[in-house]
Amino acid sequence: MSPIPIAANLFVTEPALRLLGGRHRDTGRIVFPLPDDPVFETIELPPRGTLWSFTIQRFAPKSPPYRGGGASIPFAVGYVELAGALIVESRLTDVAFDGLSVGMPMELTTVNVGDATDERQAYAFKPAAGAGSAP
Amino acid sequence: MTDVYIVGIGIHPFGRTANRSGLAQGEFAIRAALADAGLEWRDMQFAFGGSDAAGKADTLVTQLGETTLPFVNVLNGCATGGAALYGGCGAIRSGDADLGVVVGFDKHPRGAFDPMPQDWGLPAWYGEVGMMVTTQFFAMKLRRYMDLYGITSTALARVAEKAYANGTHAPHAWRRTPIDLDTILNAPMVNDPLTKYMFCSPGEGGVALILASAKKARELGRTAVRVKAVSMRTRPKGSFEVFAPSLALERGASATTIASRAAFEMAGVGPGDIDVAQLQDTESGAEIMHMAENGFCADGDQERWLVEGRTRLDGELPINTDGGCLACGEPIGASGLRQVYENAVQLRGEGGARQVPRAVRNAYSHVYGAPGVSAVVILQC
Repeated sequence: MSPIPIAANLFVTEPALRLLGGRHRDTGRIVFPLPDDPVFETIELPPRGTLWSFTIQRFAPKSPPYRGGGASIPFAVGYVELAGALIVESRLTDVAFDGLSVGMPMELTTVNVGDATDERQAYAFKPAAGAGSAP
Repeated sequence: MTDVYIVGIGIHPFGRTANRSGLAQGEFAIRAALADAGLEWRDMQFAFGGSDAAGKADTLVTQLGETTLPFVNVLNGCATGGAALYGGCGAIRSGDADLGVVVGFDKHPRGAFDPMPQDWGLPAWYGEVGMMVTTQFFAMKLRRYMDLYGITSTALARVAEKAYANGTHAPHAWRRTPIDLDTILNAPMVNDPLTKYMFCSPGEGGVALILASAKKARELGRTAVRVKAVSMRTRPKGSFEVFAPSLALERGASATTIASRAAFEMAGVGPGDIDVAQLQDTESGAEIMHMAENGFCADGDQERWLVEGRTRLDGELPINTDGGCLACGEPIGASGLRQVYENAVQLRGEGGARQVPRAVRNAYSHVYGAPGVSAVVILQC
């Protein structure tokens, strides 16, 4: 069973995993995360995109606010361009650090953060099938 | 519009000073600047200044004297010094005052900054998943830039090597030992592609400048350093800034680009007229990107510039002559004024072993900070 989601209204897992964004009802502008504001209509963001930029987090971010501990590093983070929508910042998972490159196809997945007794489910992106090597 | 002159400069050494508060380092810098100008605190008609994490600047009147002068506290992150100078120059240009001081100081604990999501209007999950990290932003802005314009890791190391070499000649610098290219390149990664020697560290320090009207500067016989332009801009739509959970597909300019253009226009000079430049170098890639954002070269040309040594002390455009943030560290509130201090030193020809070895007429400084604010100052002699 998956841990509970790290936040409400961040993503849905049924019927398929999708990030939730907002579309401005007047201007059509798409934003992420979904603001708590009725002027934005809730939309599901495209689950696939291309890697816009990335880095490897080599030191443990300070806790708080970080939920993970020292054992969770290093991990990859990046921005993924979702065509027709926007560019989303995300944890990257199931990647070889030296296999990352700008422009590589990525797809939405989940990653667990926090220690085993108190994990949360967060969104992440991984190389799309056939796009990168597993670590 | 009356010109503004810098008639006194003072600095408290950057780095770590145990048992001396950030406020005390600011006070030290003000006393040094007053002594340099041959003036007293009671001569000051205004003060603008601040720190990000070391206290309220206006409380310095306790130590310096309760003369009842207006003392404006400034809190603009890395652009605090630039914002203080913007305010101080405005006070003189308006005719309200003809003599005043601007000050910036700070004292940060060791290690990376630890901002909290709620202070930035962000949801808690953003910090919980490990994305509330400033160094990630610098690395990702740089990674994309390197990919688009063919900048190599060796270029990043060249910038750091130059910074530490210049720092050896600056008495106020924190890192005063040269570090060779291979050591920089092979050091542990902090956030790829940046190794630990390619990042500046939060630190301590204080800087003060005494500003005067043209009339007052002539009376004092101190007209060597004139402020030709000071511009400050916040981010335009579509700029890429720290702590952004998402970005619009349509990318825009940066606060730096806009502040830079405004300053050049105000000063009536162009990038080719600049003899020495201090550019925000939070990490070595920032200096590279800021060379282009400030109009000194085209995107991608930096690789060749660095191979040719054009930005070294003896190059055609020396950049970060005191070692910049990489060698001096970054006390947020003091950093911007350190750059202006260094340019004043260069214009006065007092740089010693780090003096640019030719006539310096126009000197340029640029700060950039979160969440997208930039200030540019052009000095002229």
